[in-house]
Amino acid sequence: MNEHTPAPTQQSFSPQRLKGIVRKESLQIIRDPSSIAIAFVLPVVLLLLFGYGVSLDAKHVPIGFVVDNPDTNTQSFIGMFKHSDYFEPQRFITTHEAKQALKARKIFGIVRLRSDFSDQLLSFGEAPIELIVNGVDANQARITEGYILSIWQLWMSRTAQEQGKPLHIPITIEQRVWFNPALKSRNYLVPGLIAVIMTLIGAMLTAMVVAREWERGTMEAILVTPVRLKEFLLGKLIPYFILGMGGMLLSVAMAYWQFDVPFRGSFVVLFFASALFMLTCLGLGLFISTITRSQFVAGEISILVSFLPAFILSGFIFDINSMPVVIQWLTHLVPARYFVDIIQSIFLAGNVWPIILKNCAYLILMSAVFFILIIKKSHKSLE
Amino acid sequence: MKNTPEAIIQLNNISLSFTLPGRTITALDNISLNVKAGQITGLIGPDGAGKTTLMRLLSGLLKPDSGQATVLGIDVVKNPQEIQSVIGYMPQRFGLYEDLTVQENMDLYADLHNIPVSQRASRYEKLLSMSQMAPFTSRLAGKLSGGMKQKLGLACALVSPPRLLILDEPTVGVDPVSRRELWQIINQMLQEEHISVLMSTAYLDEAERCDDVILMHEGRILDQASPDDFSEKMHNRTFLAHSEALSKRHLQFRLSREPGVLDALIDNDDIHLVMQEPVTDGLPVFKDIDNLTIHPTRPHFEDAFIALLKKNPVAKNTSIATTNSENKDKTALSIEDTSNNVSNDTTESIIKVDKVVRRFGDFYAVKGISFEVKKGEIFGLLGANGAGKSTLFRMLCGLLPVSDGRVEVAGHNLRTASATARAHIGYMAQRFSLYTNLTIKQNLMFFSKAYGLRGKKQQERIQWALDEFELQEYLNTNSNDLPLGYKQRLAFAAALMHEPDILFLDEPTSGVDPLARREFWQRTNALAESGVTVLVTTHFMDEANYCDRLIIMASGTELATGSPEELRSRFKSEQNPQPSMEDTFIALVESKTQQGQPS
Repeated sequence: MNEHTPAPTQQSFSPQRLKGIVRKESLQIIRDPSSIAIAFVLPVVLLLLFGYGVSLDAKHVPIGFVVDNPDTNTQSFIGMFKHSDYFEPQRFITTHEAKQALKARKIFGIVRLRSDFSDQLLSFGEAPIELIVNGVDANQARITEGYILSIWQLWMSRTAQEQGKPLHIPITIEQRVWFNPALKSRNYLVPGLIAVIMTLIGAMLTAMVVAREWERGTMEAILVTPVRLKEFLLGKLIPYFILGMGGMLLSVAMAYWQFDVPFRGSFVVLFFASALFMLTCLGLGLFISTITRSQFVAGEISILVSFLPAFILSGFIFDINSMPVVIQWLTHLVPARYFVDIIQSIFLAGNVWPIILKNCAYLILMSAVFFILIIKKSHKSLE
Repeated sequence: MKNTPEAIIQLNNISLSFTLPGRTITALDNISLNVKAGQITGLIGPDGAGKTTLMRLLSGLLKPDSGQATVLGIDVVKNPQEIQSVIGYMPQRFGLYEDLTVQENMDLYADLHNIPVSQRASRYEKLLSMSQMAPFTSRLAGKLSGGMKQKLGLACALVSPPRLLILDEPTVGVDPVSRRELWQIINQMLQEEHISVLMSTAYLDEAERCDDVILMHEGRILDQASPDDFSEKMHNRTFLAHSEALSKRHLQFRLSREPGVLDALIDNDDIHLVMQEPVTDGLPVFKDIDNLTIHPTRPHFEDAFIALLKKNPVAKNTSIATTNSENKDKTALSIEDTSNNVSNDTTESIIKVDKVVRRFGDFYAVKGISFEVKKGEIFGLLGANGAGKSTLFRMLCGLLPVSDGRVEVAGHNLRTASATARAHIGYMAQRFSLYTNLTIKQNLMFFSKAYGLRGKKQQERIQWALDEFELQEYLNTNSNDLPLGYKQRLAFAAALMHEPDILFLDEPTSGVDPLARREFWQRTNALAESGVTVLVTTHFMDEANYCDRLIIMASGTELATGSPEELRSRFKSEQNPQPSMEDTFIALVESKTQQGQPS
């Protein structure tokens, strides 16, 4: 007790104790099938699901055509649609029939070519069409409308060229899509999904494993040892940090090799940004675990405050700019939002430093807030 | 350390209370005490006395509202970390990682205590050989039996030689053989490493093995003395009674109602009597009971405990049975009424177990057990942790199908008609298995409905449960907030809602204090007298004496079946003319292990 050098147990930080916690935590991860499932199986399942199953593109959209006066012009117009990957034209005799099919959801839209289609084309160089789309899915309605209009214009300009006539269109729409020219939704969904997966590992898994220690009574025994709180927290952070980064690497590899998502930025930048995001998630997870001591509640809270917002409010599926203003404000509280910005830019646009730096700054701020809260809220006692 | 005369623990005017929504619980009420170094100090008291709170406070896990606490010369309130670095602490729910092996658990504690790797091998060897766990180092802690888990928990607390070892009910739910081993480890550490031990226990016979005993009740200290001093106070107040004319249970019941009797307990073949006042002129006299022979006996520690607690009027919010004289009479009447109808010679077997086997994969949990239980019997299932009791029990209740053999309950084959058989069965699980977020009323409503009771009948049974188990005052309390003793009463009541013919009780008294245990057995005896058949598992060997007959099991096989008297008489020897049930149990288990391991 009266020695001059403090006994090892009295050191305020001991690498050996940290190592003990890290090793224990790693063994538990390896032996617990649910951690492995969340870290490695779930990412693969989610990526396959979103990579192959969910598509926000308009492809093979069934469109009904009602032609009042069929001739070679209407044939060639519908032929354009037939050859396009985006549409599957179906012929209807009357508008009434087509409307029935639309109501029955057999087709997504109706294009009606009136009897003066060819006449107008010949006399004015512009053939009017009547377009009805199902607006229930506003997103797809807008995409479909755009595609149909551009095919219409393309056809008219081609026809005009073939017939050697000038085209009388007051305004020409020329669409150029940057960064994702093929407009493949997979290209931005898959990188965004990586943010969701990391949130899951970082926040949810971490929150639940700390709660598990309370539930099983192991926490009480651990508290009455020389271990310091910072060693305990760090010992929990390190293995889950590695696990989360592993899940990230796996997801990036799948995005690149399995789904052919273009990767235009630097991997090193992505790695550091991911590390920063991972820390924010771990901070959130540990913070949740200081609030509750039940695994069930920890799971519920982390789904509510981390997983669902990462899904809905991060801009990964739903565009933040088209959300109500209040919800837009709310998205600023979602760490995944910043990381989705970063990772989508790195994948699709390259190292866009203003975006990367701005979002990293937000992440640093958020993780700092979480860790300050954790240190304030947790103490080595049962109260 | 051994020579330090001063106390290792000093508490001055410590108070601690918890605030729950709507009420405040005073867990420690102005406590002052000293604990001497180099000895085992026992901490005993009924549930809710504040034992665990006190131990957590000493470990720096809780801060007192007021007062001073010094452990090993360190102020616990100011320097909790310093305390936590030098003591060994084993919480009630052992703090083991079930997904780590025995070795990995010990490595973790060695790391946390900064034990140099060079010193570990010898320390591990010592601890493993003491706890006889050397063959199991690579086994996952979760796959150890209950007794082995506790031994591992103790070994982990001892990896770094502590100056003070704090153990919170280390022997709860542990079979007698493992308990004996735990005590051997503690005693060995005491002698070889001069540590001090503070342990709480629900087993009062264990308190007798302590050097000093602190008796707590409702957050206060009732007494602190050596076990002998405690017993000394009971001088001339304890007697053994025996009557050829009456059954043990009946005699116990009659005696407990005699004026002047504080407590009457079945003690092997006799009734252990505790009188309210010392009887200095000869023996107490009970005129109404025929053929009674009485002689003085040495007081047990438990007698002092009961006497002290009964002397202190019990507040209503504790788990202790309030002795409701009116109710006592009611129960008495029901016993008198029915006892004549049920004779002990009934030959009708209500449970028939024939060569029952239960396999899990290639592991045989139960290997061909056979026995029969007669109507109105109390039949005990005893065995070390992992002996297959719970598996057998679940098969008898129809919760688990048998792999081979035949189980017949109330005339129904469980293989073909388990649902019909189940209607005759009441089951009380080992752990509190009612809905913790429902009130007493809601739980009773639910269980009565689940058993198919409706309308007037349901109202009657709920009212019966509330009266019989004195639950009225907690009617609208969430069962999670109930004192342990009340939880147990509620679970008991729920199992009886549909008036079953057969009652299965799986370790009903584990972790329950002696007063609540007495009350529990009083009810169980009354039920058996009224013709209900009771099957019970227990770790308390003295409780085995309440059984009419019992089976002792080890690793899935039967060691012995018979009445407690028969079994005990088998191990009568010159050194031990009156073997206790515990001696019998340990002798049986040890003879089995010797057969199994020819040396």
